[in-house]
Amino acid sequence: MSYIVDSLRQIIGLEPAKPGPDDRRPEVVEIMTEKRKEKLTREGLRAAEAGRALAADRHKWRNRRWTTLIIANLLFVVSYYFDVQLLEGALTASRLIGFHLADLNSALQVMLAYKHVVLNLVIGTVTVFILWLLLGGRTFCSWACPYHLLAEGAEKIHLWLAKRHWALDLKFHRLGRIFFYLLFVVLTVVTGYTLFETISPTGILSRALIYGPGLALLWVLALLLFEVFLSRRAWCRYICPIGVTYGLVGVLSPVRVQYSVKDCHHEGDCRAICMVPHVLDVTIRGRARTLLTDIGADCTRCGLCVDICPTDSLNFTVKGLDKVL
Amino acid sequence: MSAANTPVTPPGSGSAATPAPPRSRPPVSPKRREQSRRDFIRTSILGLGVLGATLAGLIPLASRAQARLRPPGAIKDRLEEQEFLAACIKCGQCVQVCPVEAIHLADLIDGVGVGTPYIQARDQACDFSCDGLQCVLACPTGALTHDIDYPAQARMGLARLARPESCLAVRGQGFKGQARGPGFTGKLRYEEVDRWNPTQVADQPYDLDSCDLCLRQCPIEIRLAQCAAGKPPSGDANQCPPRAAIRLEPQAKGGARPVVLDGCVGCGVCEMICPVEPAAIVIDIDRVTDVAPAV
Repeated sequence: MSYIVDSLRQIIGLEPAKPGPDDRRPEVVEIMTEKRKEKLTREGLRAAEAGRALAADRHKWRNRRWTTLIIANLLFVVSYYFDVQLLEGALTASRLIGFHLADLNSALQVMLAYKHVVLNLVIGTVTVFILWLLLGGRTFCSWACPYHLLAEGAEKIHLWLAKRHWALDLKFHRLGRIFFYLLFVVLTVVTGYTLFETISPTGILSRALIYGPGLALLWVLALLLFEVFLSRRAWCRYICPIGVTYGLVGVLSPVRVQYSVKDCHHEGDCRAICMVPHVLDVTIRGRARTLLTDIGADCTRCGLCVDICPTDSLNFTVKGLDKVL
Repeated sequence: MSAANTPVTPPGSGSAATPAPPRSRPPVSPKRREQSRRDFIRTSILGLGVLGATLAGLIPLASRAQARLRPPGAIKDRLEEQEFLAACIKCGQCVQVCPVEAIHLADLIDGVGVGTPYIQARDQACDFSCDGLQCVLACPTGALTHDIDYPAQARMGLARLARPESCLAVRGQGFKGQARGPGFTGKLRYEEVDRWNPTQVADQPYDLDSCDLCLRQCPIEIRLAQCAAGKPPSGDANQCPPRAAIRLEPQAKGGARPVVLDGCVGCGVCEMICPVEPAAIVIDIDRVTDVAPAV
């Protein structure tokens, strides 16, 4: 229950609740006491991080994810280009070997604007809902959204520039995103137009890949430049309603990243690399209540933290299945 | 590090976390309050920016400069296409199934119409060579309404003889050669050539004593002729159009004048095939035949 509440708080944009003095389980308190006795030296941490950096699997999840994302998007392209009817349409709506799929956020906009739902859209929406419910909700963002991949590139450039003070890193309030979300809902209902779809870089990029480039790519470029020079991952972090929609689906998803406090150095490498670092606030010293904590549903399950963690304290888990396996 | 990563909650927004009134919270330092104020202003500017970009999408609607010929079944009433724009999920499945590749997706200059399908009749009209209205069947949201099953039920626009002075038929002239020249890439289905696959118009030269291309290639007229011969398309009598779409009316001074009839659905094949430049006959998208679609 607290997982759901915490996830919803994070998606809305509230700060993760800090544990009170009596909230932490005795075994966690004990571990923290032990950690205090054995001071972690700078050298010890460096050694652990260096060891991780040399590990053969240090990009395991990133590579799997990029492969999945590229294959998924190329399936659309190949399907149209060679007319093989494998995955027809674009990310907003498609047919997988004839079976309807509809992006949840796009479908939601159509329903709100048109105020009428045909059966095909119901089938597509329910199918995709179940798919991402099983796969982790915001998994869509990091494993399927083409803008996410470009934004990861832009993020690298941004970090390189910011380190040299050639780029600003403006922070915005995360409550803004839920405000945009509600604003888009109201505007869509009132105007009767799918307003967000007009500026959605996900839809624009997906269509550009499949049907050829157009002027709309300039908008995507503007967003990327904003992220490179002004604010790290601003679109995904502070604005995109697609992330909210899939985040809400992910609240009930069994696929999660799980944090184990036992060996954690609390050095913060995971939060430094994370696109939505507030979900990893539990890794801050003293924040964990239990030995194992599931990371909230605003997490995109990108696996960067799993890859970078020098102590193997973050791992993917599938609720229910992890006990069976 | 954590302090830098976690913006301060602006006053009032954290009330869900602490049921106690804000006064009982520890006092906020002036520095933090200033930071929180800047945070709020910065986020508000971002919000206005996103809102502005979103609403800018409505600007192209105001001028109707981007009004376009839509695929058959588009839920619109002439220029009024709010419902169509609302229902379209911008996926392009209609684009993918069209055998003559008549459908394109609009770009950002169409504002909220970005990603919606349209047809440029002069370059490639919809010739209904799929018979079954594949684009309508492919549409996942009903933006292309499933209420229509046959070409004659479409209401895309209405043809009009815009330049009678240049019309070869009006001038009593014939036509010989490739209808749109050798470089034209448009396709039509020539049933006598290939029943199933559309053929390049450039590969089908004509030799006409008197030009009748608009009538000759009209998909409605072709179907009427097939039905009259007892061979309706796909053997389905429902495919037979109830009304004629165009006829050539002989003129006293010689030649014949193309007259658009109430069976015209506005598919644009006449505009596409018209051999003069610019086309003598065009599709008006602000008009449709006044007969309600037979459902």
